Amino acid sequence: MKIDHKKEPIIRISKRVGIQFWKSWLIRLAAIALSLCVCALLIFALSGLNPIKVFGTMAKGVFGTQRKLMNWVRDTSVLLCIAVGLAPAFKMRFWNIGAEGQMLVGGIAAAACMIHLGNLGMPNVVLLLIMASASIIAGGVWGVIPAISKAYLNTNETLFTLMMNYIAMQFLLFFTPIWEHPAGSNKVGIINSVTKVGWLSEDQKLATPLIMLFIVLIVTVLMFAYLKYSKQGYEIAVVGESQRTAKYAAINVKNVVVRSMTISGAICGLAGFLSVAGADHTISEDTAGGRGFIAIIVAWLAKFNTFVMILIAALIVFLDKGAIALASEYSNYNLTNDVADIITGIILFFILGSEFFINYKIKFHLGKGKEEIA
Amino acid sequence: MTNEVAVQMVDITKTFGPVVANNKVNLTIYRGEILSLLGENGSGKTTLMNMLSGIYFPDSGSVFVDGVPVTIRSPKDAFNLHIGMIHQHFKLVDVLTAAENIILGLNEKAFIDLKDVRKQVAQICDRYGFVVNPDKKVYDMSVSEKQTLEIVKVLYRGADILILDEPTAVLTPQETQKLFHVMRNMKDDGKSIIIITHKLHEVLEISDRVAVLRKGEYIGDIATQLTSAQELTDMMVGRAVSLNIDRPQCEIKRECLSVEHLSVIDADGVKKLKDVSFTAYGGEVLGIAGISGSGQKELLEAIAGLQFIQQGGSILYSSAEGEQPTQLVGRTPRDIKRMGVRLAFVPEDRLGMGLVGSMDLTDNMLLRSYKDGASPFANRANPRNLAKTVVEELEVVTPSISTPVRKLSGGNVQKVLVGREIASQPSLLMSAYAVRGLDINTSYTIYRLMNEQKMRGAAVIYVGEDLDVLLELCDRILVLCAGEVSGLVDGRNTTKEEVGLMMMHLPNKEVEA
Repeated sequence: MKIDHKKEPIIRISKRVGIQFWKSWLIRLAAIALSLCVCALLIFALSGLNPIKVFGTMAKGVFGTQRKLMNWVRDTSVLLCIAVGLAPAFKMRFWNIGAEGQMLVGGIAAAACMIHLGNLGMPNVVLLLIMASASIIAGGVWGVIPAISKAYLNTNETLFTLMMNYIAMQFLLFFTPIWEHPAGSNKVGIINSVTKVGWLSEDQKLATPLIMLFIVLIVTVLMFAYLKYSKQGYEIAVVGESQRTAKYAAINVKNVVVRSMTISGAICGLAGFLSVAGADHTISEDTAGGRGFIAIIVAWLAKFNTFVMILIAALIVFLDKGAIALASEYSNYNLTNDVADIITGIILFFILGSEFFINYKIKFHLGKGKEEIA
Repeated sequence: MTNEVAVQMVDITKTFGPVVANNKVNLTIYRGEILSLLGENGSGKTTLMNMLSGIYFPDSGSVFVDGVPVTIRSPKDAFNLHIGMIHQHFKLVDVLTAAENIILGLNEKAFIDLKDVRKQVAQICDRYGFVVNPDKKVYDMSVSEKQTLEIVKVLYRGADILILDEPTAVLTPQETQKLFHVMRNMKDDGKSIIIITHKLHEVLEISDRVAVLRKGEYIGDIATQLTSAQELTDMMVGRAVSLNIDRPQCEIKRECLSVEHLSVIDADGVKKLKDVSFTAYGGEVLGIAGISGSGQKELLEAIAGLQFIQQGGSILYSSAEGEQPTQLVGRTPRDIKRMGVRLAFVPEDRLGMGLVGSMDLTDNMLLRSYKDGASPFANRANPRNLAKTVVEELEVVTPSISTPVRKLSGGNVQKVLVGREIASQPSLLMSAYAVRGLDINTSYTIYRLMNEQKMRGAAVIYVGEDLDVLLELCDRILVLCAGEVSGLVDGRNTTKEEVGLMMMHLPNKEVEA
């Protein structure tokens, strides 16, 4: 049989062998720019509005006033805290999707301390320390239960941590009527609204968000050093890559799993404390509000580098807040909250997609002799 | 062999990023010949053949089949040109039968006539002397059966040009002879066969002609009758290489490890080792021979504390002459390390067990020593120096010591692993298939390192598959068959046949090969 097709493949994909640091970031920036262009086209197609103006509205909605700016700092801090908490678990390939529950029990613990210890007259700093400790312990316990089960019974951690979220939610529903205020509201309400005992700071506008940011940045730096330079961080990396290698290297895999998940849960618990003592001063179903899951995106996009998580968390909170601003400003132009979600989706899609171009090179063969490299 | 050209590859170039795998390679294949493609690791043999079988597409150059220029864009194109490749890693579906695997992907008709397939398969088998049971499931097959099936599959699809990528790497000497027998039959039938291999004695035995590649360049070809192992090695390496493996006599001899009544049952309840007893001495290389899967892996892992050992087994380790021996049974790797047992272990699965693929050289050196010191932070200064030393002394080819080891070639990965293990000055060094997939140069480096450790007084346990090497390198050879010891012979006065026979049979009873 004779075959005489002389067609060459038009697109050729080959793996890149290492890429310069600046080049990979250039690709990422280009991806974000491109995603904004696509968003602009979409906005124009849907509403006929000037996309630049729309983006401006978003920016104004997030940074326009000091209060808005500080809200952005506050929410970024909480999201970053959860993402940093997820880092050791994910680096170990322990799929902790229970940050939601770990944060919630942390919040419940903090609220319990505020309510029951708030009128004992102890200094506020002492109460705050007790609250923070209680949150960390509660989160840690919530994290360690699935870890023990995984280490000794080899259960599936994804299901287990997910189910722990619902148990945490039921706990909250149990406590809500006990802590109900005002009576009949079926809500916990603002705790210590008069005495402001157990509040991170009385100055809600500036001091509170900055204190939160400060605490979370310290945790971020510590976690970076822990994962990168400590012996335990090294063990986490080895266990994550291959349990057989870990056993070969005389690493006690069970211990590492239990220890790392305790840390992971504890930091997520701390996020619950920050949320209750700093942002909300109450506890409700919205305390976690899905942030335990959004933090997974943050952690993954940052490839578990806690410093990169700062940027990603800030971007995601910006998009979220910008979307709300859009929806309220242009409610009669077809631009609703949903459009904002689409924009968020498009931008994340491009950021994720850019990783392909960082890892692979694409060559186009257009006719004879012409070669174009993308 | 005729002078009719079957395939001609002209000026073929293929690059992977900055790596030039093939640089303007020219290769001619004649009808009815067996051509050996010879070259060290990374010399571009497999890449070149992958382009012929449609897995890769060349950056430039042309291919002629029967004198007609062709473009091979996929394995399907290759099959249409009657070119078929048998890969090193079999491409079979485990849960399907032999016949089902043969017709997989052919879907020419809506209904498959398996009866017809069986008949055709039987015809092919008769013609060339294969034995294939068309209704046997692949997961029930031995490695050799799977390979036979791969060849039959390719023939069923009408291949006239067969490419075999390291087909003998997984076979026993007896199985290799069977394979050579059918290869000769196919050749007599006018088929062209290209065989990629590292083993020179096989090249000399089976092929008509040898083509040599070195670092992606075509060095030349030579009729097998006119050449020798020495000449081929020199062509392959690019300089004169001694092919003798040293077996120095060591003055030190002390009992290092005494294994008695060792039995291991794996997680599925299958008995992997049965009542194994032997002694390893410092200052000698103890070879372990056996068909792959005869319990070699489990034996080494049991000593390293990675296997659960059945009641009644004993592994006694003595660090020095006259000292109280330590019992290793029931100890974890952590315990063994803490007790001060200087044990080095080069496992079979280099990247899945011995090293962490995504980590760089420094962090892989750290694997054995990260716990040293009281600080909560790991000390990377010593591992970094060790990495540099290993790269320098063992001539590891790597862009830098901060390159992930996964990106290194097989031989370099092994050098990193062996380098780390011997850096601990072990008194017991265990290695499993230490030269598997490595080229001659690197293999000889590994043999030299084993001998160095032996001369230091360490007990070296060397699990190997190449009997020629075992016979030349080892002082004594322990032969395993189906998890039991079937013999212990002196490496200086035994023969390949004797060891080969022990691999297949236990002293008292017959075991099906």
